[in-house]
Amino acid sequence: MDILITGLLLGGTYALIAIGLNLQYGVARIMNLANGEMLVIGGFSAFWAHTNIGLSPLLTVFILAPVAFGLNWLIYRVMMVPLVKRAKTRGQLEVDSILATFGLSFVLVGLMLAVFGGDYFNYSYLAVPIRIVGDTYALNRVMAFVMAVIICGLIYLWLNRTRAGMSIRAIATAPDAARLVGIDVRRLSALTFALGGAVTAVGGAYISTFLTLDASTGVVFTLKALIIVIMGGVGDVRGTIVAALLLGVLESFVAALIDPGLTLAAAYAMFITILLFRPQGLFGRKPT
Amino acid sequence: MTLPDWKTVGGAAVLFGLAALLPYSGSGYYLGLGITIAMFAVLATSWALFSGPTHYISLATAAFFGVGTYVTGLGFEALPYWTLPLIAGVAGAVLAGLVGLATLRLSGVYFVIFTLGLAELVRQIITWSQNRSGQKGLYVLTDMTEAGIYWQLLGLAAAVFLAGWLIARSRLGFALRIIGDDETVAAHSGINTALAKVLLFMVSGGVAAMVGAILAPRFVYIEPSLAFAPILSFQVVIMALLGGTGRLWGPLVGVIPFTFLLEAIASNFPNQTTLALGVAFLVIVYLLPRGFVGLIEDAKARMRRTEGAL
Repeated sequence: MDILITGLLLGGTYALIAIGLNLQYGVARIMNLANGEMLVIGGFSAFWAHTNIGLSPLLTVFILAPVAFGLNWLIYRVMMVPLVKRAKTRGQLEVDSILATFGLSFVLVGLMLAVFGGDYFNYSYLAVPIRIVGDTYALNRVMAFVMAVIICGLIYLWLNRTRAGMSIRAIATAPDAARLVGIDVRRLSALTFALGGAVTAVGGAYISTFLTLDASTGVVFTLKALIIVIMGGVGDVRGTIVAALLLGVLESFVAALIDPGLTLAAAYAMFITILLFRPQGLFGRKPT
Repeated sequence: MTLPDWKTVGGAAVLFGLAALLPYSGSGYYLGLGITIAMFAVLATSWALFSGPTHYISLATAAFFGVGTYVTGLGFEALPYWTLPLIAGVAGAVLAGLVGLATLRLSGVYFVIFTLGLAELVRQIITWSQNRSGQKGLYVLTDMTEAGIYWQLLGLAAAVFLAGWLIARSRLGFALRIIGDDETVAAHSGINTALAKVLLFMVSGGVAAMVGAILAPRFVYIEPSLAFAPILSFQVVIMALLGGTGRLWGPLVGVIPFTFLLEAIASNFPNQTTLALGVAFLVIVYLLPRGFVGLIEDAKARMRRTEGAL
């Protein structure tokens, strides 16, 4: 039981990161391999603010989110727009954006190494026990989960209840047709990309309260987020959340019952199962 | 074979013969550099064999390389030395085949994601089994000399070039070029696209594992985090792209200058290698999308046009 709840708490945080990536991939069509680095940057910011000026991570995110939004908007405008213009087909854009964001991830890791050094960093925040159905959990994990629920809920409502959200879903479904009905695809793609980056950075800030990170851990999170996005279905918030919770639970079970060093193997096992049996995602429809 | 073919083969043979003389220069530094260049030349060329025509980006070189080093590390005491690269090649090809069967039937994105974490996955599994058996790293103590490693790599490079040249002229190579241009067209003209892709990926993975097996004696001590360093995959991709993947000799053109660049970066800014690599990567993606090969071919085309105008 406690393994299950630990897994759900972890999965909630994964959902936050994966939704960030899903916005970037589902709408802006950029497979962002630098997503994990954005997460680590978020974690670093929270760490720095907490140890140097004593700011709580809960408050840091209010500064972090707009900054990360701006940074990702710039990345899209400066780095991705030339690729979007150059690409003749979607496949070409996919290859180019994978290469470009892969390079970007190395640049970001390099910058973080230069600024912070290669050490692991962690800090103690809300590391107090809390009891849920008879077992004790750390409050910081619960807090991260609650914030993830709130943010995922807001994004879900925004995508499904507002006009901007509808336009974004239209772009995700049919970018060419969206243009014909008067949607400014390029502007909204940039905004969605930036929003996805901001969500990921915020997720990183919460994760840093209970996980130890270092400058080069980003790629593991990128990988997990990618697996969740594929499992949940590209552009599908509901599927992403379910997939993230599943992955969180599975990882907790593997870590508790077999070995904590095999969490990635667990994620891969899940990935292979999905690829073999439901490549269109949990709730996806078969492509015609 | 026609006369130009014989010229190409003969020219390549002369170049390889010259390269084989390097250990007699007597300089350990140049020999070390030669090994690095030969290693990256084999890795980048075999990477481009698959990724060049198909445009599927494999980030798994480090995984195959690591598997190869472990084959040598585990087997050098029990088996004759010459069998190890062969076993490693088979192991790498089998691993590549499994990955290919799981992902290459689907769109390219799944393949990229899967290969991105493959090295980390194999590393976790090896670390886990080592923890269970209580063993840490492996000592690889053989009487293999640097020159021996160099010659083996050179021989492997020759084999890869020959294989690449033959594949390009075979039905398989033709099929792959069509897949790279338009996969739907390829499928409709009766090409078994998944099979063609998996086969070539197995060649590429097998060769990378052989390189790992050959280089293992040089490490002396191997442990998972050394054998599966993910940066290797990255370096191979960047070198192949710098040279250009459109021609068989393209990656080689990228490997030689980039090895010197790496050397310069490592000696001048030892703490900023990751950053420098990332910047180099972005420069290539944005400014040299077709690599040096693209530049050379553009220059040739321009010369032909000016000749025509006269």
